[in-house]
Amino acid sequence: MSTLRESFGDCRIIVTCGPGGIGKTTSAAALATAIATNEPLRVLVLTVDPARRLADALGVPGIGNEPVDVQLAGVGTLSVAMLDPRASWDALIRRQAADEETAERILQNVLYQNITRRFVQSHDYIAMERLHELVGRGQWDLIVVDTPPTRNALDFLDAPTRMADFFSSRFLKWIIAPTRSSVTSLAAKPLTYMADKILGNQFLTDITEFFLLLSSLYDGFVERAREVESLLAEESTKFLIVSTPEPIPTREATFFNEELQKRSLRIGGWLVNRMLPASLNLTDTTTGVAILAREEMAQIADALGVDVATATAARDRMVAIAEEYTTVAERERAQLAALAAGETPVFGAFTAEGEIDTLQGVTSFGQRLLSAERVLKFD
Amino acid sequence: MAFTPLGSRKLLFVTGKGGVGKTTVATGLARALADEGKSVLLIALDKRSEVGEAFGLTKLSFEPTKIDEHLSVMVLDTEAALQEYLKINLRLPIVAKLGVLANALDFLANAAPGVRELLTIGKLCYEVREKHYDIIIADAPATGHIVGYLAAPEAINSFVRVGLIRNQTDWMVDILHDPTQTGVVAVTTPEEMPILETKQLLATLAAETKVAVAAAVMNRMPDIVAHGATLSAIDAIIDERPGIFGSESLQGVVIANQLAVARRREAEHQFTALREVVGGTFPIITQPNIAVVPEGSTMAREVANSLREEIA
Repeated sequence: MSTLRESFGDCRIIVTCGPGGIGKTTSAAALATAIATNEPLRVLVLTVDPARRLADALGVPGIGNEPVDVQLAGVGTLSVAMLDPRASWDALIRRQAADEETAERILQNVLYQNITRRFVQSHDYIAMERLHELVGRGQWDLIVVDTPPTRNALDFLDAPTRMADFFSSRFLKWIIAPTRSSVTSLAAKPLTYMADKILGNQFLTDITEFFLLLSSLYDGFVERAREVESLLAEESTKFLIVSTPEPIPTREATFFNEELQKRSLRIGGWLVNRMLPASLNLTDTTTGVAILAREEMAQIADALGVDVATATAARDRMVAIAEEYTTVAERERAQLAALAAGETPVFGAFTAEGEIDTLQGVTSFGQRLLSAERVLKFD
Repeated sequence: MAFTPLGSRKLLFVTGKGGVGKTTVATGLARALADEGKSVLLIALDKRSEVGEAFGLTKLSFEPTKIDEHLSVMVLDTEAALQEYLKINLRLPIVAKLGVLANALDFLANAAPGVRELLTIGKLCYEVREKHYDIIIADAPATGHIVGYLAAPEAINSFVRVGLIRNQTDWMVDILHDPTQTGVVAVTTPEEMPILETKQLLATLAAETKVAVAAAVMNRMPDIVAHGATLSAIDAIIDERPGIFGSESLQGVVIANQLAVARRREAEHQFTALREVVGGTFPIITQPNIAVVPEGSTMAREVANSLREEIA
């Protein structure tokens, strides 16, 4: 038997990933909070979209791009930051640009603004870039990173490579080339023709200008992309897959699990959130239902101040609900056991409605996650 | 208040936060409209969409697959869309030699800003214009990404001043901005984060695009377990007299009912929160929670059945 905490041993980075809408952000925040409460570590949680409720619970309504401290009664410290893609891109350009004038010209470029503010793929890259930057500050012993919630979950893994490929691609070099010499080169003809036809000359000029501006940043970008990539592959970086027992999130998480394995990245565990509580089981419910069936409804109705028909109807509905919930609970457990047949350690967790409304609730949820026992293969 | 029926439009974008059942609603909607006798093309915008599985197909292709007389499904592959675009618009002899240009195509479709989005929107609008189908339903990207798609033709317009693309985007914008033709269907569940994201989506759509919202779908509403006096009696037992049946071994029954009551209350709270934001501008369609999710086309059929009254 081992716990989820043990599975993440002395990690320096925990990346939570999985499909959207399954409590990934909450799990990341709860884990970080509980670890900072229990252990003398400086912990940072970097989220992509914290629920307002969660932010309120942590006592930091204004979570922004810069980490802020959470007031915590624990042996460690907790900071929290939220990814602001736009601010992060601007900061990255400022850091990488040769001089302030180049930085300003890039920041003002309409193409740049469109890429960084509107188009999705840029968010995946900047999330990983931001992680790299925060790690570089050396202010934290453990960083828990939440990833963009989508079925594109893989894109953030590929983003650094794609960015590096993009900057070193021949096509990009070619697109810049016309301003140098090769505009009439025979080899470039079909490309010029096509790009011209599709995008128009002006666009080509705009794009060329933009990439020329960026060209001073190429080497830095490629190098950083490689660094981000190796950060994710480090021994002290582990992934926590998060899902729920529902079929679609499970399928998506299964796919994610396979992809992480294919890439030889380290998976610390697979957390199945929103399980029904273990106290719901077939034996207890069957016994309970049998007792209820024999109950003297006149007395109950009296105690409730309603007529016997109403009390009986209420009881029957309650029995139906209990049976339905118990069936679901049993099915969830069977499913968990099936998942546990794989290599990845599987953990289950129950979340109560409204539990994460207070720091205390977030912490106790986190504690439950940390102490969750690995589901046995032959449960 | 009478709303324009969903099915009278030509192009619907079904979106929602990841995990709320966006694809399920898209397939159910397509099924229901096809059952009405409309010819429907359901397009998955993501290669990993489960639209195919919902109809028992192992693989979707760019070429539409006919499910039955009225319903076809396809997946939008940007590379195939670009090739189709080139074929239609340029009548290029070089199309035959695309291999040589693979890099350039790859760049155009993947790296150049907005081209992927534009090709996607372009294909959808093209199908509307060609009128091979009565209605096009897109199983669209998640809420965080949809605006990037809907705004793509205009975004491209802001930096492409001439050329084919420029000529091409004007008519797309006309289709997208016409509320009688195009609408967004925002799928959500009665939980905090999906509702928050839906509110943000509505705000961003209004601020950054001129695309209308056709409806919101509140998916997975917990069953109304009982009504009137029976419901009050259950609430009274759970809130005030959980021990009324006086036996320890009733625990399982009480726990299950406590969970059910908490879920119902949270759902009602979230539903009210959304209704306040929406006002009367478009309908909110509720979908019951389906506890045991059936596989494949049964699910689409089930959702279609409960959507039927809402779309006519």
